Parts: sequence; structure tokens; C-alpha cells
Amino acid sequence: MQKLAEIVAGVSNGTLSASAVLEEHLKRISTRESEINAFNLVTADQARLDAAKIDADIKADKKVGALAGVPIALKDNMCTRGVETTCSSKILQGWKPPYDATVVTKLRNAGAVIVGKTNLDEFAMGSSTENSAFGPTKNPHDITRVPGGSSGGSAAAVAAGFAAASLGSDTGGSIRQPAALCGVVGVKPTYGTVSRYGLVAFASSLDQIGPFTSDVRDAATLLEVISGHDPMDSTSIPQSALSLVSVLDQGVKGMRIGRVTDLPEGCEPDVLARLEAAFDALRSAGATIVDVKLPSLQYCLTAYYLIAPAEASSNLARYDGVRYGNRVDAADLNAMYAATREAGFGEEVKRRIMLGTYALSAGYYDAYYGKALKVRRLISDDFARAYKDVDTILTPTSPSTAFKFGSKTDNPLAMYLCDVFTIPTNLAGHPAMSVPFGVGADKMPVGIQVLASTLGEQAMFKVAAELERAS
Amino acid sequence: MAEKISQETVIKVSRLARLSLTSNEAEKMTSQLSGMLEHFRDIDALDLADVEPMTRPYPLKNVLREDVVAPSLDRDEVLGQAPAAESGRFRVPPTIGFDV
Repeated sequence: MQKLAEIVAGVSNGTLSASAVLEEHLKRISTRESEINAFNLVTADQARLDAAKIDADIKADKKVGALAGVPIALKDNMCTRGVETTCSSKILQGWKPPYDATVVTKLRNAGAVIVGKTNLDEFAMGSSTENSAFGPTKNPHDITRVPGGSSGGSAAAVAAGFAAASLGSDTGGSIRQPAALCGVVGVKPTYGTVSRYGLVAFASSLDQIGPFTSDVRDAATLLEVISGHDPMDSTSIPQSALSLVSVLDQGVKGMRIGRVTDLPEGCEPDVLARLEAAFDALRSAGATIVDVKLPSLQYCLTAYYLIAPAEASSNLARYDGVRYGNRVDAADLNAMYAATREAGFGEEVKRRIMLGTYALSAGYYDAYYGKALKVRRLISDDFARAYKDVDTILTPTSPSTAFKFGSKTDNPLAMYLCDVFTIPTNLAGHPAMSVPFGVGADKMPVGIQVLASTLGEQAMFKVAAELERAS
Repeated sequence: MAEKISQETVIKVSRLARLSLTSNEAEKMTSQLSGMLEHFRDIDALDLADVEPMTRPYPLKNVLREDVVAPSLDRDEVLGQAPAAESGRFRVPPTIGFDV
């Protein structure tokens, strides 16, 4: 696998051509994509034009960007003007957005070469990509296992060497969990650091875009490019882009790392053993391990699976067969809405729309949605107390390594439990990232999650870089 | 917290959500939603009386921009992606009950 940093260095100094780099990645795609199914769409023709343009610019001594010649894949819930964007849903199949997401514009301006749109659980609702309307993505380490989700295609694309990096979106763990299961780095930045303009909305108070890469340095580079204030996103934090690469070699000496003593139950022992090894590595590197309590964490699943579906039921009301996507004709408007949505949405999306509509409906609002918002506050307060004593917190990313296809599809709650360690971060709006740290009993990758407080990305990346050095 | 969800409630909610669930779907949905709501009762044990609800990660203010003309989406490009359009507008089926 070629790293982003090597590609940028080589292309920028003329020792590599962007076109040659692209062809290597396209070759890997043509060899293995039929078994992996990471992509909904490979945009090879446009990518070749974009790579040729970078090479021409280099030849003409023009200045190139921080991602010059880097083949990047986009989760198929990010709008690309004139290029099909489906959210892996039948309801949007064939839709070509009339504008680019801000992250897409930023990638292009930085010289990245977009190679395609990656598969996901429909509308980013799921933890395995088994909810895609276009078939699941396979884990490149073992094709009988899921890649995680919902950004399973983006994680698999990096793990399989189809792209040097990719972007995903994370509402309850949808970047970090697939990163862990596929053995790559995945980052969910602080809510509001990366523009959501052009990201198809799932749960607007939780969604955030972030990178997948093969190492921590590449993640830092990519996040620097895509972060920063965007006037097109009213929730965008008014501050300049993050500065991360400069801190990677600073080490963790003197840092305080939190160990959660009341971690929710259900984590596999081999994953917990890797967590202990991670604490040992950080202690050896000069960090202090501090016990912290997060008692409200055990309620995170309830809070999340009321809040996220509630927001989703509202956001997905826009798929009504009027302005975009597909329509099933019927005699009157209401019948058309219902027929269109019944045919266009898959089972999990319907389940969440139903759950959210119920939680928001008259008579149930206070009992469900209202209470969930209060639990969200408790979780956020728990973190605030903990971060008085520590700089970052370490947990497993996922309770287990990649599981087999079909093993959780009949039980929605079992699937939801995959997100138990990743959800709290989204509820609080904090950053967190998953770093590969060895393998489990089944030789599949294990990810360790590094959490930090709001805008604590520098501390988080220092710890992640140290874990990578120790792994 | 509320009692077990009935199939009748599920059908009512599906109408609110503009989903025309089949009877098989409604039955399966009733059982799955019941299971989830049962799990969600864990927060009933919490004393939440004095807790301020948290709707988003940090307080937001309304964001305004200067009232200057800026490019907007191309109308034909937008309408070109609609299931049906006519004379520069989205076309929809009849919205009120009369014979056509």
C-alpha cells in the first residue's frame, strides 16, 4: 500500500507521476473490486483527466496542493456535481447532484484525484454495510466477514489499496468502527470542524465527515485539508483549519491518559487484552494512566437510538418523490409519497424512520425524545468531569473484531451494540479516532479508540501516533 | 415510560411517516420496535427532573450573511434531476381530492 505522504512527496518533486500512481490503484481495483464491492461507482475516466492535469501542472512548474496526485475515494453520501450520488439507496439511485460538497471542492483544490464513490449502509444506517441496497462490501482481510459500517466501502477501499485515502461520515461510529474492523486509521473530528455542506444528512446534530488512511500522519494531513470554517454550514465552527502534522513526533511524555473503570460490558477478551497492551505502551512512553468514571455511558445506546432516528425521521422526510430521486406514481400526492417511500427505502431505514417518528409523536415525545436529550447531557457532563483529570481517554473502538456476514442481521439490537464505544463521542460532539493495534484471537485487526475533548485533536493525534509507533 | 407498542400504533405512525407498510412489515416492525423500546426503559431508572436537555454539541446562533447577490444552483440542472418537471417547476400529482 502506498502512503499518501509518499505520493504527495513523489508527485510534487517529479519522481512519481500522478497518472502512474492512479493506474496502480485502478489496477488493484480491476483485480479485486469484483470480490470486495467497495465502490458504488468508479470514476476512472475523470480520474485519469484529473491526474493528467496534475502532471501537466508539475511539468509547467505550477504550484500543486497538499494532496497532489493522491487517489481518494468518497463515501457515496457526499454530493459530487453531475456524478451519481446514491447513499446506497434505491430512492436516490441515478441522482446527479447539482453541486459539490465543500469537502469535495477542498480535495480537488488540494490536487486530490477522486477515484469513486464508496458503498455504505443505506443512508449511513448500519454497522456492517449489509444494509446497502447494492449488496454488502467484503472485508479485504477476510471476505467472509463484514468491513463494518456504515462507511464500510471507504474503509475497505483503503485496506485493499484501491485508494490511498478516503472520506467517510460518522454519526455513531461509522468511520471509527469500519476503520477498526479493516485495520486502517479512521478519524471522527470535533463536531463542526469539517463542513457538512453537501453531506446527505442523517442526524444533523451528530454527523461529521472524517478521513480513512493507512497511517496516522496521512490522517493528520488529510484532516488539515478538509477542516476549517465554511459559511455554507451554519454549524461550522468559525476557526481556521486544524494544525496536526506538527504535533505527531512530540510523544506522550507527561500526558494523562484515561482508563474507563466502568466501561459498558460486552467487549471480547482478546480486544480488551489489546487495550491493556495499549495502556502499557503509552505508560512506557512516559504517559500516566488515570482511572476515570463515566457512569452514564451505559445509557448511551438508548439516548443515541432515540435521538439519531428522531433526527433521521425528520431529515429523510425530504425523500418524497418531488425534487430528486425516484418516484412511484399514484393518484394523489399523499399516495405518491407513501408509495415512493415504501418502494425506495430499505428495511433498516424504515425501522429508524418509524422509531424516530414514534419517539417524536404527540404523547411520546417527553417519554422518549425528551428524556434522551437529558441523558445526552449526562453523558456530556461525565466527559467534562473526566477531562479535568485527563488529556485523552482510551477504549476499544469496537467490542469485537470483524464478524461474519448475517450474524447480526436478524437482531437490530445486537447490531446496534457494535456502536457502544463509539456513540458517546457523537453525543458529546467530541473528536475520536481509531488506530490499528494488533490483531485479535482470530487474527483480524483490532482498533484502539483515542478520545479527546472538544477541539482536542492535537492531544488525540499525539497519542494515536505513539500507539502506531508501538504497534 | 409508555406501554408496549401495538400494531395499531405502528400503523398510525407509519401513516405519519408517509410509509405504506405491508401487513407483514407492520407485524415485524411491531415486534422489533417493542424489543427496542423495552431496552430503552433502562433510562427510566434515572432521575432527570433537573437535567437540561442537550439538543446539540454546543450552543448555536443564527448565522446571517450580507444581503448580496451570489450565484445559486442552476434551475435547469436542478429540475433535470426531478422525477417530473414542467415549465420551470416541479410537477406533482393532484394535491387535493378532485377527479382528474
